[in-house]
Amino acid sequence: MISGNVIEVKDLKTYFFTSRGVVKAVDGVSFRLKEGETLGLVGESGCGKSITCLSILRLVPRPAGRIVSGEIIFDGENLLSKSEKEMRHIRGRRISMILQDPMTSLNPVLTIGDQVAEPVRIHQNLDKIMVREKVKEMLRLVRIPSPEVRMREYPHQMSGGMRQRIVGAMVLSCQPQLLIADEPTTSLDVTIQAQFLRLLKEIQQQSNLSMIIVTHDFGIVAKVCDRLAVMYAGKIVESADVRDLFNNPIHPYTKALLNSLPKMEVKVDKLFSIEGQPPELHDLPPGCSFAPRCSEEKEICKKAYPPQSVVKDGHNVCCWLHT
Amino acid sequence: MADLERSQRVTNISWLAKRNSVSKIRTAMRKAPWVSVVILIVFLVCGLFGTFIMPHDPLKTNFTETLNPPFWQEGGSLRYFLGTDYMGRDILSRLIQGAGISMQVGFIVITLAGILGTVVALLSGYLGGWVDTILMRITDTFLSMPYLMIAIALAAVLGPSKNNIILILVILGWAGYARVLRGEVLRVKEGDFVRLAIVAGCSKTRIMLRHIFPNIVNTLVVLATLQLGIVIIMESSLSFLGLGVPPPEPAWGSMCADGRLHIFNAWWICFWPGLVILLVVLSANLLGDWLRVRLDPKFRQL
Repeated sequence: MISGNVIEVKDLKTYFFTSRGVVKAVDGVSFRLKEGETLGLVGESGCGKSITCLSILRLVPRPAGRIVSGEIIFDGENLLSKSEKEMRHIRGRRISMILQDPMTSLNPVLTIGDQVAEPVRIHQNLDKIMVREKVKEMLRLVRIPSPEVRMREYPHQMSGGMRQRIVGAMVLSCQPQLLIADEPTTSLDVTIQAQFLRLLKEIQQQSNLSMIIVTHDFGIVAKVCDRLAVMYAGKIVESADVRDLFNNPIHPYTKALLNSLPKMEVKVDKLFSIEGQPPELHDLPPGCSFAPRCSEEKEICKKAYPPQSVVKDGHNVCCWLHT
Repeated sequence: MADLERSQRVTNISWLAKRNSVSKIRTAMRKAPWVSVVILIVFLVCGLFGTFIMPHDPLKTNFTETLNPPFWQEGGSLRYFLGTDYMGRDILSRLIQGAGISMQVGFIVITLAGILGTVVALLSGYLGGWVDTILMRITDTFLSMPYLMIAIALAAVLGPSKNNIILILVILGWAGYARVLRGEVLRVKEGDFVRLAIVAGCSKTRIMLRHIFPNIVNTLVVLATLQLGIVIIMESSLSFLGLGVPPPEPAWGSMCADGRLHIFNAWWICFWPGLVILLVVLSANLLGDWLRVRLDPKFRQL
């Protein structure tokens, strides 16, 4: 690892070729992530967060979706030039992913033990007893009480929070270097959310894991992320360390997102919301895609997409207001 | 407070019940369709050990005892319990031998058709794309064929024999499984656990066999049980038309056909095989229904 980056995404473009035209779901996304760091990807629904994650694993839905250009350098190697077989070796072992809904993330007809054991069985050459021990160890790691009993049970006998922790055990069982979590806590209730995030954080500190967390919850961002990338219409509009971004948001979209959060100390009747809808991704305006909804729109915003500019080291923004 | 205590007690009790496997089995058994199960067991025993239980040689003619009625009617005897046919053959023995034929045909057909249909469904549903298009058009073709017509035509071409009957029924039967199970595969493969398995690096074969197949086994078992009834009816129909198992082997369908000429003076010749077909098919259907409920993992904890 020359640069110390676990993953570096350069100018990634993932398009969907549909009958209504080309949908630019991910349009020139770049970011990098160091070992042990957590990146938060935030943005409205449909802004390309999930597709970015799927692109990293090369699991973009075919045949409509295709990674058009870009590079994904993982551990010094470009994932986009790997064969499908090589990718299978990377998925689950070196890059893992947690999905949104723990209720459907587990196979209803297999026991917990079998499911947690699966990645181990696929990727590691261990005998039966070793696999069993590994499964127990993983279940203990994610705080499942009495793992010996639980591993013989079926998913419907578990609560949502437990299921998500079991998914955690599954995806972490091969000690991946990178964990992608696509809205890991959206379907859990708030107390369980906090518990699960704390657990992820602890495991991360123990094993020096890098994480990408997709979310629309700034609370989660503040709690677990080191860096933050705000996405809008397939592009990263602003990225910075969490502290910088919260203290000094530059892009009007980031500001608006932060403004939409209700504040504890101020009593309001109506919550702030951003006017309008995100643009259709197959029919983007020529200039900045946020311009039609922007409160500080200028003439140039409609004509050309703003170049990236540096606010300070590690804080980049794409906006004509800051060039 | 009292409420809390009560709810705790209730959870304790349900917890105990869950652990207590004896009571679990007992509850399950209480709801089982016992009549169907008994009928099917008798059917299986007759099919497997028929030669040892049948009172007479089913093929032996005896022209001194033709058209004997069942034992309770005048002229009937306990020696020929359910009566004899126009050649003096014992109907009970022939029914028992016929059970063997129906069972063989039934089980071989549902097994082969089930395997073929499942493979097609998995490939078609999971791989999608052109594989799906091609396989499903073939399935459509088979489904749109008039079942009995084609069976008759094939039987006429291939000639009546047990193996040909099996072949015909497999050819006509697999498409039903493929169509229904493909729908199940489509439903199951959308589950996040399949996506998670892909993310975990499972191969396509592994996902199909280990993650999707166990989730459609319920449907497969139910379908197969229901198909057992259909296959028996089909086999009987073909035998009734003289295109099934060739005489003198006594298939239930051909026994019915034999009795047609004597229906006014010897009702028992076609009544008994007809009744047996009805009971076995009905039992298979009832058992299929019960299995559908029992095999759902969500019901297992009840």
